[in-house]
Amino acid sequence: MSTADACGALEMAYRSEARRVLATLIRLLGGFDAAEEALHEAFAAAAEQWPRDGVPGNPYSWLVSTGRFKTIDRWRRQARLQSVLPELAVRVDQPAEIAVPDAVQDDELRLIFICCHPALAPDARIALTLREVGRLTTEEIARAYLAPTPTIAQRIVRAKAKIRDEAIPYELPARSDLPARIESALRVIYLIFNEGYAATEGPNLMRADLCDEAIRLGRLVVELLDDAEALGLLALMLLHQARRGTRVDAAGDLILLEDQDRSRWERGAIGEAREMIARAMRSRRIGPYVLQAAIAAVHAEAASAGETDWAQIVALYDVLLRVDASPVVALNRAAALGMRDGAEAGLSAIDAALAHGGLDDYHLAHAARADMQRRLGLPDAARTSYERALALTRQPAERRFLQARLAQLGPATREPSSER
Amino acid sequence: MRYVCLVYFDPQKVFNQSEEATAVLRASRPYDDELKQSGHMVVTEALELPDHAITVQVRDGKMSAVDGPFMETKEVLGGFIVIEARDLNEAVRIAAGIPLAKLGSVEVRPVVDFSKPRPQL
Repeated sequence: MSTADACGALEMAYRSEARRVLATLIRLLGGFDAAEEALHEAFAAAAEQWPRDGVPGNPYSWLVSTGRFKTIDRWRRQARLQSVLPELAVRVDQPAEIAVPDAVQDDELRLIFICCHPALAPDARIALTLREVGRLTTEEIARAYLAPTPTIAQRIVRAKAKIRDEAIPYELPARSDLPARIESALRVIYLIFNEGYAATEGPNLMRADLCDEAIRLGRLVVELLDDAEALGLLALMLLHQARRGTRVDAAGDLILLEDQDRSRWERGAIGEAREMIARAMRSRRIGPYVLQAAIAAVHAEAASAGETDWAQIVALYDVLLRVDASPVVALNRAAALGMRDGAEAGLSAIDAALAHGGLDDYHLAHAARADMQRRLGLPDAARTSYERALALTRQPAERRFLQARLAQLGPATREPSSER
Repeated sequence: MRYVCLVYFDPQKVFNQSEEATAVLRASRPYDDELKQSGHMVVTEALELPDHAITVQVRDGKMSAVDGPFMETKEVLGGFIVIEARDLNEAVRIAAGIPLAKLGSVEVRPVVDFSKPRPQL
């Protein structure tokens, strides 16, 4: 085997095996730090031995047993210097049980579940998942979140300390806990996707790296777990992703759904998402992700904005509102109602959602209200609402969009105070 | 990526012949060897105490040299380890293994990547 071949094999192994090797090593060695050092040592050994001896038939097993052996060797050396910790001695003498395929899957799931553990702060779950499951570096995560690298590094250090100090077990959740734990994991992935898709900070509306990473994570969960909501989330992300190229123009300005060039939507991704939704719908557990994906699919299926099946969308929102009675869902249902039954019905539904509370500081609520008012020929009321929305968002592309809408309305015709 | 672990400590705590300090100093060389073996190590040096140092400044073209660094704190820079690590968290894990971290503190600093723009302060 040539050195170049071995290097290629090594790189491939890193991309495809590092996460799985780490997941198993955490179980075998009993902690993140020891496992990460073992992973490093295993790949360092591979870099030395593979070019010389050839790539092993099962790189995963080779890397796990090499990493484990090197760590035990190191512990023995350290034990000669210091007194051995008793639990280390136990671990050193345990026989290694490594390679059954099901066990590998379980290890990967354990890794996801521990990174997304509800005992960890949401920010910490995200950083830990991106680093340990997604194999992003601290620096990459910091860049994606426009945060200083030491901030992210601290989050990860603290999360690991918490896992260690509170002895959070590296186990698959009990059956009774499973739905809640899956929900927590899916939520982490969706938060990562959303941060990429609707960046709250920074010059660009989308940060593609985060979206891609979230979809990769979503695919991993679907591979490992037979769960309808996991399918729903992946479908939802794929449907958003299918429109990514048409959502923002060359100048970085927002293009509304109704104005997007539908011929450029990625049909492959939409088709894949539709199959996933159909599969998820056949299961008994239909939750918010499946329903949101179904709504996004109705949009994706309409050949033009005018042909959108708003009746179906409102019906899906009605079901969604039953499983997730959040103000934002109520707002989206109101906006859909405005499309099905006209702007007047939409406006009163939006006002009802606003009166229900929780939306006052949500810029999109005021933008949606403004939109209905504009369609009803109430420019002054619309202006006040757009201005309210503008005051509530810092995102530059969103701000430009709202300013453009304001400019289209023209100057105020009377005192804005006469608005209802 | 490359990082420098700057090891600071209070000499009174390190060179007082206590059992703890002796154990820490004895463990330092083996840890260096471990980092060499794992491939993390680039270079490491331990530094003589500041009473062996001289500080140089040039102002208006004139050179001045004074004894020792102007340090008010008790902790002094005692040595450094330049390491190669995957990311800042790996560097932090390696720094946490430095025996002197038990007595002093280790500052982990990324080495400047000159392909990136310089900070504008």
